[in-house]
Amino acid sequence: MSIMTVHGPDANASGPRTTRRDVRLTESLVGWGFISPNLILMVIFLFLPILWAIQLSLQETKGFGTPEWVGWSNYVKLVTDPVFWQSMGNTIVFTLVTVPIDLAAGLGLAVLFNSALPARGIFRTIIVLPMVISGVASGMIAMIIFYQSNGLINKILVAMGLSPISWQSQGVPAMISVIVVAIWLRVGFNMIIYLAGLQSISPELYEAARIDGASRWQQFRRLTVLLVGPSTFFLLVMNVIASFQVFDLIFVMTGGGPGNSTSVLVTYAYRNGFQIREQGYGAAIGIVILIITLVFTFIQWKTSRTRDLVE
Amino acid sequence: MTKTSAPALGVATVADRQHTATALTRRARASRRDRSQSWHRNRSNEARKGIAWRTLIAVIVSLIVIFPLYWMCVVAFSPRGEVFEPGLHLWPSTFTFENFRNVLDQYPVVTWFGNSVVIGVFVTVLTVTVNLLAGYAFAQLRFRGRNTVFLLGLATMMIPVQAIMVAQFKLVVGVGIFGTYWGVILPAAAAAFGIFLARQFFIGIPGEIIEAARIDGAGHIRIFLQVVLPLCKPLLAVLTLLTLLGSWNDFAWPLTALKNNDLFTLPIGMLYLKNQTAPDYNSIMALALISVLPMVILFLIFQRYFVQGFTRTGIR
Repeated sequence: MSIMTVHGPDANASGPRTTRRDVRLTESLVGWGFISPNLILMVIFLFLPILWAIQLSLQETKGFGTPEWVGWSNYVKLVTDPVFWQSMGNTIVFTLVTVPIDLAAGLGLAVLFNSALPARGIFRTIIVLPMVISGVASGMIAMIIFYQSNGLINKILVAMGLSPISWQSQGVPAMISVIVVAIWLRVGFNMIIYLAGLQSISPELYEAARIDGASRWQQFRRLTVLLVGPSTFFLLVMNVIASFQVFDLIFVMTGGGPGNSTSVLVTYAYRNGFQIREQGYGAAIGIVILIITLVFTFIQWKTSRTRDLVE
Repeated sequence: MTKTSAPALGVATVADRQHTATALTRRARASRRDRSQSWHRNRSNEARKGIAWRTLIAVIVSLIVIFPLYWMCVVAFSPRGEVFEPGLHLWPSTFTFENFRNVLDQYPVVTWFGNSVVIGVFVTVLTVTVNLLAGYAFAQLRFRGRNTVFLLGLATMMIPVQAIMVAQFKLVVGVGIFGTYWGVILPAAAAAFGIFLARQFFIGIPGEIIEAARIDGAGHIRIFLQVVLPLCKPLLAVLTLLTLLGSWNDFAWPLTALKNNDLFTLPIGMLYLKNQTAPDYNSIMALALISVLPMVILFLIFQRYFVQGFTRTGIR
């Protein structure tokens, strides 16, 4: 594992009077001293809540009553809860739709903006700009554009002689509206990663392909797509993690509705923990999210060599 | 680098150079292979056509991407209710500041803005400080247990707050910081992503520099402050901007940890406006504009650092 190699200076190299063990000890103390402010914060506000969440998921707490030990029953409830499975299904659908579009659009834009083009920098700036817009602001803007009764999109559809779409009262259009905004927010990220990937490809390869008579499309299919493979894998994992955690947009735009048709795991966990106030059950859903996240983090970590290539 | 012609990415200059190089070899090869003038003319015509097409696509895509932000401005500067009346209103009939006056009169927007600034500054200063210290230790110091702690941080880095927010809520209530600035600041400062960014950077600092300072008799803290820190201004810029952006746009946790209207940050304030019985969307867009403008300005000035940060830390 390349990331674990020790880059610290050699302990032998200090003056002759101090012994090697002393130096080691000092360095150990200094090391722990340097990491301790961050470590203390992490222990209190991350590790402790994780352990506490596991405990809570085995209890039943309604409102501010005293918690009651209920064993696995929150998890049993989870398995038989149709809304949980619907939220899981929505999360998977959201992920399966957003990720391929993100990747394809990101690569397409990267190829476009890697080619000779006037004012390339300005174009790139515009595509990346949504990344600094908050999920809440994006959701609010989208809500107005997708507004069912007199939003812009439906007005345009009507003006074109088409029938308006029920963005808020039907499940599928509601999901589509959230997906569109999520892609808008994220496509710039995919583009910049792919741009970095493209720029590491030697132009001589394309020259050779051209001499061999490969068409533009063939060059793209056989060369570009293949050579940005490491970037694609990195982006795949990052996009899946981000899609699994989409919260702000759904909270603002649909609140999980209509019905539960845009409810996802993170919004369902929040709803149980803080709106219905079934905290034990909310914690149990949280543990499911935790485990899924750890699995993807592990996959990403295992492939961090490819990630280094991307950078 | 001038602002208008600056490439969007630090790496772009390399690509530009590559392009010139390719163009040169292409031209050289072409003249060797075929000396006829017409061939040249066709080829450059074709190239020009290609550029025209690509520019057209680029313009269309950019317009689509920028449109929602344009629409936010249109709604914010239009007379109240106009965009929701029948007919397409693609720009304000009269340009008005009425919505900004309304939102500032009816809600404590200045307080919310101040809260976002205060929380953003505290989170940033605290996070960047502890991340720099930890990142340096993980990169340049040897100590027992280093790898274990590092892996633990790496493993928990991606966990979303929703996974543990019930427990975190109880914790914040338990230690008595619920409904205060600290209830938002401290959990936010526990984020680990900056450690890895810092570590990556510090690994690049040659050990000889640190060794030389040590032989000169400098202690660890002095080396860190006087030798290492002056070398890592780009890292400082990236970390500061990304942390500030994350805090400024943060929603799920402040939503849970802040209950008092006077302590709301801008995103929570926007939600508060939306949850009114008859939400005034013109005011909401005015507030949205107020809330996104600082980050858009920072992005336009420090784009290079933002992009470096994004590529290394993923989707925020």
